[in-house]
Amino acid sequence: MEILNNILIYFVIVPVLTLGGLALCNNKGMNAIRAVAATGATVLVALALWLVCIFLQARGAGDTSEMILLSKVSWYAPLNIELALGVDGVSVVMILLSAFIVFAGVFASWKMNPLPKQFFLWFFLLSTGVFGFFISIDLFTMFMFYEVALIPMYLLIGVWGSGNKNYSAMKLTLMLMGGSAFLMLALIGIYMHSAPQGQPLTMNILQIAQNNAVPHDWQMYLFPMAFVGFGVLGAMFPFHTWSPDGHASAPTAVSMLHAGVLMKLGGYGCFRIAIYLMPFAANELGWIFLTLTGISIIYGAFSACVQTDLKYINAYSSVSHCGMVLFAILMFNQTAMTGAVLQMLSHGLMTALFFALIGMIYGRTHTRDIREMGGMMHIMPYLGVGYVIAGLASLGLPGLSGFAAEMTIFMGSFQHPDMFHRVFTIVGASSIVVTAVYILRVVGKLLFGEVQNEHHRELTDASWDERFSTAVLIVCVAIIGCFPNFFINIISDSFLPVVKALGNVVGM
Amino acid sequence: MPLSLTIAVVAIPLFMFFFLGLAGVKMGRKLTGVLGVLGMLVTTVLAYGVALTYFFGDGPQVVDGVRKAVIVFNPDWLSFTDTLVARMGIALDPIAAMMLVVITTISMMVHLYSLGYMSDHHGHPEKGFQRFYADLALFTFSMLGLVVATNLFQIFIFFEMVGVSSYLLIGFYYHSPAAIHASKKAFIVTRLADLFFLLGIMILSFYTGTFDFFNQNGMVGMTDSMEAAQTAITSAGGATFMGCSVMAWALTFIFIGGAGKSAMYPLHIWLPDAMEGPTPVSALIHAATMVVAGVFLVARLFPLYVIEQGAMEVICVVGAFTAFYAAAIACVQSDIKRALAFSTISQIAFMMTSLAVSASQEGLIEIHHGYGLGYMASMFHLFTHAMFKALLFLCAGAIIHAVHSNENDDMHGLHKYMPITSIAFLIGCLAIAGIPPFAGFWSKDEILVACYEKGLGWGIWMSMVAGLTAFYMFRIYYLIFFWKEHKVHTEHRPADQVWTMTVPLIILGAISCVAGFVPMHDLVTWDGAALHTQLNWTVAGTSVAIACVGIALATVMYYKENALPAKMKNAFSGLWNAAYHRFYMDELYQFITHKVIFKAVCVPIAWFDRKFIDGFMNLLADATNQAAYGIRRLQSGSIQGYVYLYIMGALLIAVVSMVCVLI
Repeated sequence: MEILNNILIYFVIVPVLTLGGLALCNNKGMNAIRAVAATGATVLVALALWLVCIFLQARGAGDTSEMILLSKVSWYAPLNIELALGVDGVSVVMILLSAFIVFAGVFASWKMNPLPKQFFLWFFLLSTGVFGFFISIDLFTMFMFYEVALIPMYLLIGVWGSGNKNYSAMKLTLMLMGGSAFLMLALIGIYMHSAPQGQPLTMNILQIAQNNAVPHDWQMYLFPMAFVGFGVLGAMFPFHTWSPDGHASAPTAVSMLHAGVLMKLGGYGCFRIAIYLMPFAANELGWIFLTLTGISIIYGAFSACVQTDLKYINAYSSVSHCGMVLFAILMFNQTAMTGAVLQMLSHGLMTALFFALIGMIYGRTHTRDIREMGGMMHIMPYLGVGYVIAGLASLGLPGLSGFAAEMTIFMGSFQHPDMFHRVFTIVGASSIVVTAVYILRVVGKLLFGEVQNEHHRELTDASWDERFSTAVLIVCVAIIGCFPNFFINIISDSFLPVVKALGNVVGM
Repeated sequence: MPLSLTIAVVAIPLFMFFFLGLAGVKMGRKLTGVLGVLGMLVTTVLAYGVALTYFFGDGPQVVDGVRKAVIVFNPDWLSFTDTLVARMGIALDPIAAMMLVVITTISMMVHLYSLGYMSDHHGHPEKGFQRFYADLALFTFSMLGLVVATNLFQIFIFFEMVGVSSYLLIGFYYHSPAAIHASKKAFIVTRLADLFFLLGIMILSFYTGTFDFFNQNGMVGMTDSMEAAQTAITSAGGATFMGCSVMAWALTFIFIGGAGKSAMYPLHIWLPDAMEGPTPVSALIHAATMVVAGVFLVARLFPLYVIEQGAMEVICVVGAFTAFYAAAIACVQSDIKRALAFSTISQIAFMMTSLAVSASQEGLIEIHHGYGLGYMASMFHLFTHAMFKALLFLCAGAIIHAVHSNENDDMHGLHKYMPITSIAFLIGCLAIAGIPPFAGFWSKDEILVACYEKGLGWGIWMSMVAGLTAFYMFRIYYLIFFWKEHKVHTEHRPADQVWTMTVPLIILGAISCVAGFVPMHDLVTWDGAALHTQLNWTVAGTSVAIACVGIALATVMYYKENALPAKMKNAFSGLWNAAYHRFYMDELYQFITHKVIFKAVCVPIAWFDRKFIDGFMNLLADATNQAAYGIRRLQSGSIQGYVYLYIMGALLIAVVSMVCVLI
């Protein structure tokens, strides 16, 4: 088949093969399970790096087409459903991010217990969905992979979670499913208007955008549905409440994957489907969502200030940081949107790092309440230093990823000529102070000071797999922070079509 | 020496940070310390070489006797748009070259001093000795990167970096709650200021379309360095916000950013608490280098401030007020490090005021005698102050190390036990009080002259603060080294410290004696051309006289134990208490952060989130559940019920359809 010549399809094939390999493993054969999972994850990282090379080569050779590596296979002709693949700069970096998080996630769950085989099966099924979502450019296929990524979450939290896990798993799944319901309606609506009267309908995003045939009054209904549908996953206020409970109950690797990658599907979808396909409504209704995301940023940050559970702190921090992603996307200019993708990368890696470290600390102390902990820096210096680095990345220290992302967002947003947008930029920017407050608060209580619980003195520092998993993430965070221009060059031009489409609308 | 070696000056500390940070634990304490000192020594030698070449060599930087800025390298770092690009570069101009000397000198002294100071903590080997040296290297790197920045965004980046190094070093004793609290406070207060700095950058870059200080043609002079920006300001002059031009807002915001780092009122509250850090750190960061970053920032943007008088007026007022406020508090503090910290605040305010008065003359861009003087004086004072204040702090460190206390009640009469430290401290006091021929006299005199040029009132005010300075410094001096014999000392016998700690005192003491003779007005001026000044004997005479009065007063009150200070304290108890409690600024902040922001904003928001938003979602779920339970009753399983419903339904449909047909 011709499509097998396209590297993109292997991002789905490799996880599926890994699934097969895991299925063949013995339930108790921990080493075999680890070997298969680690191999699968390593191959994915290698593929992702190769994809970046291919992409850079294509761009370097003067290929300025919107998407590269296009190929498609008809799947169900009566509804024009295709397996259509293609990537632009944004998808490339998102795939890279996902590959690294999956890789780190495998090592963070190295000692998974109980049912390691089943855990990794669901884990890789989830990855399949994530990668599939980023490589496809067909509405139906995207939606399908989206659902594939969501459902395993229920079992991963429900079975391997902690605390009030049944409630959390149910809440998370129901809220995200509610979002998908809106989303499905929106997708069907877009499909019904995907071509001018008399021409064949299509599910292909590029084709729809080119046709630009969705009537304006329909856009006004469909845009909010699509945006809210993806916004739920992007933890947009007031649809974020699944996030604190879900993260708190999820096992380490699942939290990592969820905050690190899954929440990015939301931001990616908002941009790729909601705004790109319906620029008119985006321009008309953008201010409503801008207000909501502006609230998210501040609200999440202030809420994080009073939490006492480590995971809740990071869940609210995610609300704030992911709010910034949607906020920047809604600024409709190239710089801010590029910043949004940088922020997705940055937040993905740094939150994964946070959750990995929290999982490791929790695995030792069996509590996540910062009031019961203290002086961890004396006991587990490696994890302590890792936590400080993650914290500094989160509060935007130059040289780590958060700074480059946030600055690109703020600088881009401020270029917006409208006063309303500028005021919100200033409001959003003020979150950097609040972020410093809650990060330093938790660092001070958790790591510094006197040891609160004498039993904690006997705890050990990180083992090799934990060190490896966190070191990978720390290095990634530092690379983005030190060489942001490398990523900006990949990402930036991908936004030209959207910005142009939006510009046309404003011009009318 | 080629100027491109500046890259090495910046890179070596960065390398030392990674090297000592990662390999330090394996290397052991001695080796780490020695390597740290050696690395810093190389950096210092290179920095001196570069600075001397810049000032005295006749390289490409000198054009018609005017020193121009040289951009050594300047790669793109973060491209916001095609034109708005943040670069990471290295530029040398008079103030950058001067700062290289200041930073590396003090850092070198502190590295050496810490070998002794940090080796033990109350008799136990200090934990984290390697971490200390790594953090020192990180700070040195950040500070050097800040002063050689080629653009505003780079300065912002390194502002954040020095903030974090300062956070790590203040919180060095991380088991102590006070240190944790102080480090957190320092970071958050300066972060708040940095937010304003960021806003200022956003506005400024939006209107000027650039971050760069210098043109991209390689070498340009200071006077035309910001021509593009100035043009943009003039053209954006129409844009106003709340009655002031947007540029005035932008420059004021940027000043607030600098005020945070430079501890100007009301953002000064973090600096006294920052004294919880190890004393060498206080000397390096919180006395000599980082705290002058704000002054440096304003000096760097001086060509813009000159044409935006509104912002300069703000700086002038804030500076003059802070100078007095901090000096007044310094008069009553009992903790010697805190007293020195307030003295630092006051002295930095001198520099700020000097910059501000410098630009406030009539007439816009034309070069004017008045412009140059205040600018030069400010930089001169920055230079001399760094030397003698670092000296004072290092002396304080030696004293604290000897008596294990910060309170001057535990000291008294140390002169005969620690003669070298005592003499070094005395030199520092004379220098800061402005007694010729010590360093402070020359620079402070220039500042006062500049203030008198702005107006008689400003001059008198600042002269008064200068007198106060002499008083509080000698108060501290006498209370530490004289006042009375302390019985405890006869048992413990405090003494001058090991050579690694004494040598820096001697070197800095020597520099404080002679630094005033550096021909700063030839070297560091805002346009790069030599400035022709001469000592203004009236001002110099008055200020020395005032300083002598201050010293005499201190001698009467504190040289020998007597009842006068207690009497004064009782007579002015209200004033004394207010000053001792720093005019309750900390309490005010405490109230705002804890009571208002935490209790009245954060807690309600978290409550709202859990109870209201989450409650609504739970309500939806519960409602669905309840509805399901309700509907479930219909599925009772009894045939009679089903038949009954079936017949009723069929009848209902029949009736409805009949009605429809009939109508």
